[in-house]
Amino acid sequence: MTSLDIAETSQGLKPAETAERSRSEAVRSSKRRRIDVGLVLAGAVLLIVLLWAIAPGLFTGYDPIKGLPGQQLKAPSAVHLLGTDALGRDLYARLVHGAVHSLSGALAAVAIGLAAGTALGVLAGSRGGRTDAAIMRLVDVLLSIPALLLSLSIIILLGFGTINAAIAVGITSVASFARIVRSEVVTVRRSDYVEAAFGSGGTFFSVLWRHVLPNSLTSVIAFAALQVGWAILQLSTLGFLGYGAPPPTPEWGLLIAEGRNYIATAWWLTAAPGIVVVLVVLSVNRVSQAIGRIER
Amino acid sequence: MTIQPVDLPRTTPAASPILDVSGLTVSYGDSNGVRTAVHGINFTVDAGEVVALVGESGSGKSSTAQAIIGLLPENGKLEGGSIRLNGQQIAAWQQRRLDSIRGAVVSLVPQDPGSSLNPVKTIGKQVAEILAIHGEASGPAAYAQALELLERVGLSEPKLRAQQYPHELSGGMKQRVLIAIAIALKPSLIIADEPTSALDVTVQKHILDLIDELRREYGTAVLLVTHDLGVAADRADRLIVLRHGRIQEQGLTADVLARPQSAYTRQLLADAPSLNAAARSEADSWHEGGEDIIVVENLVKDFGLGGPNRFCAVDGVSFRVKRGTTHALVGESGSGKTTSIRIISAFEKPTAGRVVIDGLDLSTLRGENLRLFRKKIQLVYQNPFGSLDPRQTVRRIVEEPLLNFEPVTRQERAERVASIIDKVGLPADVLDRRPHALSGGQRQRVAIARALVLGPQILVLDEAVSALDVTVQAQILALLQKLQLELGLTYLFVSHDLAVVRQIADTVSVLSAGKIVDSGPVREVFGNPSSAYTRELIEAIPGKKFPTQRPSPLISTGTQP
Repeated sequence: MTSLDIAETSQGLKPAETAERSRSEAVRSSKRRRIDVGLVLAGAVLLIVLLWAIAPGLFTGYDPIKGLPGQQLKAPSAVHLLGTDALGRDLYARLVHGAVHSLSGALAAVAIGLAAGTALGVLAGSRGGRTDAAIMRLVDVLLSIPALLLSLSIIILLGFGTINAAIAVGITSVASFARIVRSEVVTVRRSDYVEAAFGSGGTFFSVLWRHVLPNSLTSVIAFAALQVGWAILQLSTLGFLGYGAPPPTPEWGLLIAEGRNYIATAWWLTAAPGIVVVLVVLSVNRVSQAIGRIER
Repeated sequence: MTIQPVDLPRTTPAASPILDVSGLTVSYGDSNGVRTAVHGINFTVDAGEVVALVGESGSGKSSTAQAIIGLLPENGKLEGGSIRLNGQQIAAWQQRRLDSIRGAVVSLVPQDPGSSLNPVKTIGKQVAEILAIHGEASGPAAYAQALELLERVGLSEPKLRAQQYPHELSGGMKQRVLIAIAIALKPSLIIADEPTSALDVTVQKHILDLIDELRREYGTAVLLVTHDLGVAADRADRLIVLRHGRIQEQGLTADVLARPQSAYTRQLLADAPSLNAAARSEADSWHEGGEDIIVVENLVKDFGLGGPNRFCAVDGVSFRVKRGTTHALVGESGSGKTTSIRIISAFEKPTAGRVVIDGLDLSTLRGENLRLFRKKIQLVYQNPFGSLDPRQTVRRIVEEPLLNFEPVTRQERAERVASIIDKVGLPADVLDRRPHALSGGQRQRVAIARALVLGPQILVLDEAVSALDVTVQAQILALLQKLQLELGLTYLFVSHDLAVVRQIADTVSVLSAGKIVDSGPVREVFGNPSSAYTRELIEAIPGKKFPTQRPSPLISTGTQP
């Protein structure tokens, strides 16, 4: 109120304030830089793997299937970046050519889970009552079976192969998708704008299409991105167990399994594909996290 | 606990104020930069005085209150200024140091009693906690004191209440508990941040009476933050009117009300429904015959509570509304008014009774007929933030009813949307915006536009203006009256705010516990209420101290122009 107060203010408050501000700004900006670096690295990993899948010929001149005579079990060198396996095949070439199997399999699996899960979830959430109860109990049953056991059983029913493995992995994620979608739909369905849409003459399906679906899918999309990493892991697991693509397909899980026999003498045969799987899954998680944040 | 006058050691000599705020500046930072919410305001609060900070949303009144007690949200920042509490400069204090005075010297009565109590602790323990934190008492002694405090704030059966959990208490009771916590250490200043805006009007009166009484007893100063000029006029010694983080005017309440200096204050006074007794004058059409467009007979709605127990939300409600008039349903929360209108707008089915809208019996409508019926009657919701799809543009929102009913060309649809947007007083450039880019008043206009685009005959307004600021509220009410004259609409207006009802309605039904306790033309019901409940409701309307020519703002029987 008087100049005295103001003087005291500028003495007592300002220096501490400015110091605190600059500190917090420093903390904030360094944090942002670190997050960006991680995200950029993850994006770069995914981009490279994507290019591997689209144009493997750009990255390696070796054939992934045919072995080179006399080049069996070579250690990593300038000629063979990651060494060769027991049949003389270049491991790097096999990893590059295997990307398309893992990525397309994972995308197909997530697409199956997303489509079937969303359909079930929307149906349960919007219909309510007995439909809801029946679908959600089915979902509970699916969730109560261990994912690996479930996908193994499905593969045994459908037969071996890349596509069947993708279907099997997709079915195991239907339940989680259905749950998330249902909880979103139930919230959105109770909102005033959905009632208003019915009130302005909307039919059940038009309201579902115009309002419920777009507003429910936000968190589902972030979850789907996260599921891609999980699906890659699951497909590799199935490949490793011999339930995925049959040899000599250069599928990543299969590569790990084939290298296992030589782990004492040629450790790179298991380590390299293992590290690639880990890197890709981590990168997908990082990117999907960023997507989730933007969506929110 | 003995009741004493002010605890002297805590206060400074009488000459200096309890709270002296000068040059207070608060800003909020987010990814879009820093926005200043309070621009260097100065004011003082003397001992035993009630000072009201009045303003609309975004005026910076809550930011000011939070800054004083050191509880700004994380992105909020005290940029500068001094806050002297009992002569002590507390602006630069760290949170730890502020803890020692919060509760003891300055305490807060928060806005929402529902979320301000710990749900897993009994009431008694929560009140005793404040005594223990400040080392005043502990264990059984603190609990005994807590019981006294609960009794002091007028809770019935304090022993029982002390053992109950927050969810077992009503909103008004919870607010009493929070007041008990606030006064426990006899602070010299209580900051009451919208203490009653979440409560019913009769409960609001009791709570404000209680704060008044305690203030007189303890000599505590109160900083009352409110958007309701009526409440401020009744309770405050001095008023501070805030707008955009700047003080528009401050002075003694009576002076400000009688001779407002700033144009903004004059606007606020003109728009506050509780301060303006002018009943609706132009439409006296309700008694001139005309057909009944809404007929409600013996409406009953039960809800099962599991097992044989049933809760009767609406219990034999009957009323009639004539075409082109406005009928108001008034009542407190839980009175069944919302259930009634949901049945009338065919969103719920009644347990018994009959609703006839424009000659159509609702019980006969099924499927496609029901859908077609919705062209006649449209609902406008209370909360314009929830009733518009956040992912759609205004154009999509307003044209949706047309898509549902009328297969017109894209060209014609665009024209009709543009004309209705113009009619509700919105600029054409809102069409391509999404709701989050609009203000509350603009959103409510969009909601009205969506309701009107099909040309309905009846508009059901469910507390349609109660979430809005008073000046915006006045604009929306004016818009509704204009539209009614132009389009011959019938309004069914649901509200807990009698002041607004008096302004807009021709006839009124007062609901209490699912039954109609009073009904008839507004002037008769308000001028000569036949039930005790209606009298209590009218009694509780704030703004009585406002100096008007009329003896009482509500009892205006027939003396209107």
